[in-house]
Amino acid sequence: MRASHPATTDAAKTATQNTGVPRNETAEIDIEAFLKAQDAKDQLRFITCGSVDDGKSTLLGRLLYDSKTVFEDQLSATATESKKYGTQGEKVDLALLVDGLQAEREQGITIDVAYRYFETDKRKFIAADTPGHEQYTRNMATGASTADLAVILIDARRGILTQTRRHSYIVSLLGIRQVVLAVNKMDLVDYDQSTFDAIFEEYVAFAEELNLAEVRAIPLSALTGENVFAPSETMAWYDGPTLMATLEDIEVTGERAEQARERPFRLPVQWVNRPNQDFRGFSGTVASGSVSVGDPILASLSGKTSKVKAIVGPAGELEQAVAGQAVTISLRDEIDISRGDLLAHPKSAPDTVDQFAAHIIWMDSDPMLPERTYVARFASDQTIARVTDLTHLIDVNTLDHLAAKTLGLNDVGYCKIALDRPVAFDAYKDNRQTGAFILVDKFTNATVAAGMIDFPLRRASNIEWHDMKVDKLARAAANAQKPRVLWFTGLSGSGKSTVADRLEQKLHALGKRTYLLDGDNVRHGLNKDLGFTDQDRVENIRRVAEVAKLMVDAGLIVLASFISPFRSERQMARALMDEGEFVEVYVDTPLEICEARDPKGLYKKARAGELKNFTGIDSDYETPENAEIVLKSGEVDPDTLADQIIAYLESHS
Amino acid sequence: MQSLSHLDRLEAESIHIIREVAAEFRNPVMLYSIGKDSAVMLHLAMKAFAPGVPPFPLLHVDTTWKFREMILFRDQLAARLGLELIVNINQDGVARGIGPITHGSKLHTDVMKTESLKQALDRHGFDAAFGGARRDEEKSRAKERVFSFRSKSHRWDPKTQRPELWNLYNTRIAAGESVRVFPISNWTELDVWQYIHRENIPLVPLYFAAMRPVVERDGVLVMVDDERLPLAPGEVPQEKLVRFRTLGCYPLTGAVESSAKTVPDIILELLQSRGSERQGRVIDQDQIGSMEKKKQEGYF
Repeated sequence: MRASHPATTDAAKTATQNTGVPRNETAEIDIEAFLKAQDAKDQLRFITCGSVDDGKSTLLGRLLYDSKTVFEDQLSATATESKKYGTQGEKVDLALLVDGLQAEREQGITIDVAYRYFETDKRKFIAADTPGHEQYTRNMATGASTADLAVILIDARRGILTQTRRHSYIVSLLGIRQVVLAVNKMDLVDYDQSTFDAIFEEYVAFAEELNLAEVRAIPLSALTGENVFAPSETMAWYDGPTLMATLEDIEVTGERAEQARERPFRLPVQWVNRPNQDFRGFSGTVASGSVSVGDPILASLSGKTSKVKAIVGPAGELEQAVAGQAVTISLRDEIDISRGDLLAHPKSAPDTVDQFAAHIIWMDSDPMLPERTYVARFASDQTIARVTDLTHLIDVNTLDHLAAKTLGLNDVGYCKIALDRPVAFDAYKDNRQTGAFILVDKFTNATVAAGMIDFPLRRASNIEWHDMKVDKLARAAANAQKPRVLWFTGLSGSGKSTVADRLEQKLHALGKRTYLLDGDNVRHGLNKDLGFTDQDRVENIRRVAEVAKLMVDAGLIVLASFISPFRSERQMARALMDEGEFVEVYVDTPLEICEARDPKGLYKKARAGELKNFTGIDSDYETPENAEIVLKSGEVDPDTLADQIIAYLESHS
Repeated sequence: MQSLSHLDRLEAESIHIIREVAAEFRNPVMLYSIGKDSAVMLHLAMKAFAPGVPPFPLLHVDTTWKFREMILFRDQLAARLGLELIVNINQDGVARGIGPITHGSKLHTDVMKTESLKQALDRHGFDAAFGGARRDEEKSRAKERVFSFRSKSHRWDPKTQRPELWNLYNTRIAAGESVRVFPISNWTELDVWQYIHRENIPLVPLYFAAMRPVVERDGVLVMVDDERLPLAPGEVPQEKLVRFRTLGCYPLTGAVESSAKTVPDIILELLQSRGSERQGRVIDQDQIGSMEKKKQEGYF
C-alpha cells in the first residue's frame, strides 16, 4: 500500500482552478474545439463515504457548486429548502443539493445512494454519495460496487469511527484499491496539523490489513471549500494537491482501467440475436480482454469451441472488441450457446464448477440460514445456491474472524456455496464482472446478499455418481410400486402423524413397502444434535429430505411427517426428488383446534413462555401454496383422510 | 487501440441494460415520449439488437395536449424504423374533458399522464417499461435505481429499493408487479446533446430555434400551438425566435428565446445557460419534493 500526505510525497502541488464547463462565462467558445476535447475525456466513478455527519453530502454539494454544475433555479430551490430543513442558519445548506428524498431532508441524513455528475477540463465524474448509517450499509455497497475510487470522509473532531472502518473494509472487499482520506471540518479544529497527522497515522495503521494500493490524505473543509477546489491559505502546512486536483489527476488502477484489456477474454452471453435464418449472434458486454475476428472461442458451459466470424459493435462491424464494449459476436460453427454461457479463449478458460468459496455481505433483515436455497445471479447466468458452510464472520472493527451460525443484516461472512449445476466464473480479484454474484430470496424476490468469489471448490468433479447396474427403476419394479415421498406438513397437533400412521397401515395392507419418518425417530438419532432455532430447523429438514431421497431411490414409499414451517425448505425437499415423486400433503387444521387438542401439552408451555420458537405461537408457519393434497383434519376423520390420499396415489401412478 | 471515451462507456452501459431487460422479462415495452432523451434511448435500443430490431413495442402516452409537430414526428419515426407503436389516450379523462388549462397542471398530469400510463401498462400486461429519465434531472431521480421496482399498484417506495450492485440486476418480480428501467440513468443533459451530435440522431424541430407564436404567462413563454389556448381580451400572440429545452404538453412547457438552430449551437447555449432544463416545466414546481410524490404514485 502506498500512503501519502505532504510529509511523504512530492505529488503535484498546484491545484487547478476549475474552468471545466464555462457555464457562467459569456466569452467566446470555440464549439468545435470544445466538442473534440469532450470526446476525448475519460470518466472517473467514485463514492463519498464515511460515518454519519462527517459531511459527505455537504462535500458533494460543494463539488457540484464549485464545478458550476448547479443551476440558478436549483440553487434558489435549495435556498428555499434551507430555510425549512437547513442546518447552516441563514446560509444555503449544500447538503440539500444532494439529499433528494423527502425523508432525507426531514431527518437531515442520507438514506440511499445518490448519483451526481460533474466535470472539469480534465475529466467527467460520476459521484455516488452514500449513506453513513450502519442500517443503510447495503446502499453504501451499491454505490461502491461500480466505483473506481473511494473518498472516505472523517470528521477531524471525532477521528476514525466504527463506520470509517466498516466502509473502508467494504470498499476494499468490493475491489476498490485507491482511497482518498478527506479529513473534513478542519475549520472546527483550528486547522491543527497535529490532529490531521494523528488521524492519518491511525488510518494507515488500520489500512495495512486491507487490500488497498494507495491512500492519500487531504485536510479540508467542505463547508468553507478550503482544499476542495481552492487551496487553503490557513493550512499552509499542507502543500499537497487539493481534493479536486487529486480526483482530476489520479491514475486509476484496477478493474475498469485499461489493464482490463490485458486480462483473459470474457464475454457473458446476455442475449442470442437471431433476426433471421442467416444471422445468429451472441450479444454481451466484454468483461475483460479483447477478441478479434478469427480468434478461437470457447463456450465455457458446453466446452464447445469455434472461431469468431464477425463482430458487430455499436457503430457497425469491428475487427476487434475490447473490455467495456457492448457487442454481438457471430461464430463460424453452429454450436449451442445460450444466455448464461461465458465466452472465453480456449487457452484461458474460466472455472466451470458447482461449488466455490466467497465473501458475502448480507443485506436482508431475515438472517442468512445455511442450507436454505436462494437464487444466485451471476454475470448473465442464474441458478439455485445454498451456503453449505459459514466459515466465519468478519468483525469489521478488528477484522477478526469470528465463529457464527448465521449472518444478520450488514454482516460480512466468508462461506462455501454450492450450486445446483456448474456455472462459469472467475475469482473476484481477477475480474469484478465475472467474479461477482447476488443472492435473491425465492419468495420475496429481495436481493439479500452480494457475493465475491474467492476460489472454486472442485469437490463436485471428484465425487462422481457410480452408475450402478441395479438402479431406482429396477428396485421400484421389484417392489411393484411407484416410489414417492408423501410430505406431511402442518402445525403441531394438526394430525399429521395420526393420518400418516393410518395411511401406512392401509398401504401395508395393500402390500406396499413403506417407511414413516417423523420427529420421533429422527430427532432421537440422526438429528439429535439439532435444536429448534431457525437454522437448526432448516438443517433438520435438509437431512430428512436427503434420507427420504435415498429411500425413494431404494424403491420405498416414504411418509415424512414434519411441521416443516418454511416454504423454502419444502421447496428444497421437492427439488431433490424427480418429477412426480414429491407429494406435498398440507394438513390444514386451524390453530385454535390444534391448540385445543394439544396432545403433548406443548402449546400450553409455549403460551407460558417456557418453550421458545414454537411454530404458530412465536415462530411463523408459511402456508403451502401449491400442495398436491390438502387435508381438512379439523373437519374429517383420519380414516377418510387416509383414503383421500390413496385415491390420489392411484390416480397419479 | 484508443481507449473508450466517456460517451462510449455510457453507450455500452445503456445497451447492456436494454439487452438485460429483453432477455429477462416476458413482455417489455419502451416508453417513447418523443423528446431528445427518448430519441437517444431508442437509438441505443436499435444498436443493442442490430442487425435485428428491438423485440418490444414503443408506447406513447398521449395526453392530447402534445405539440402537433411531436405527433407528426412520432408517427413518421415508427413507420421508418418498422417498430410497433402503441398510443394510449385516457378516454375516461377525455370524456371528463380534463385538460391543463381547465383543471390545472396537477390534475391533468395525474389523469392524462400517470393514470393513462398505468392503464396502458395494465391493459397490455407489460412487466417492464423502459423510460428515458436521467439522474441528473432532479434530486429524487438521482436516488432511483436503474431497475426500479413497482408494486401491483405501480407505486415506487424509495425506502425499500433493492440494493443494485455491479451490473447484476435483480429482475425477479411476482405476478402483477413490474419494473421501470432507466437505461440512460447516468447520462447528463450535456452527454445527451453530445451523443445526438456524434450520432446525428434526428429530433423534433421544436428543439431548434424558429419564429413561433408565443404568449407570456407568469413569466413563462407558452407557444400557441392550437386554438385551445385561451387568449385574454386584446392579447395577441407574439412571433418570437424561440426553442424548447424539453418537450411536454404545450401549455405546460416554456419556450426559451434562442437563436440556436443546430446541435452545436444548442450545446454552446447549454454551456452558457444558468437555468436547468426542467426550469421550464410547470409540473415539478408545484411543491417541495413534488417529483418524488408523483413517482410514488406511479409517474415515470
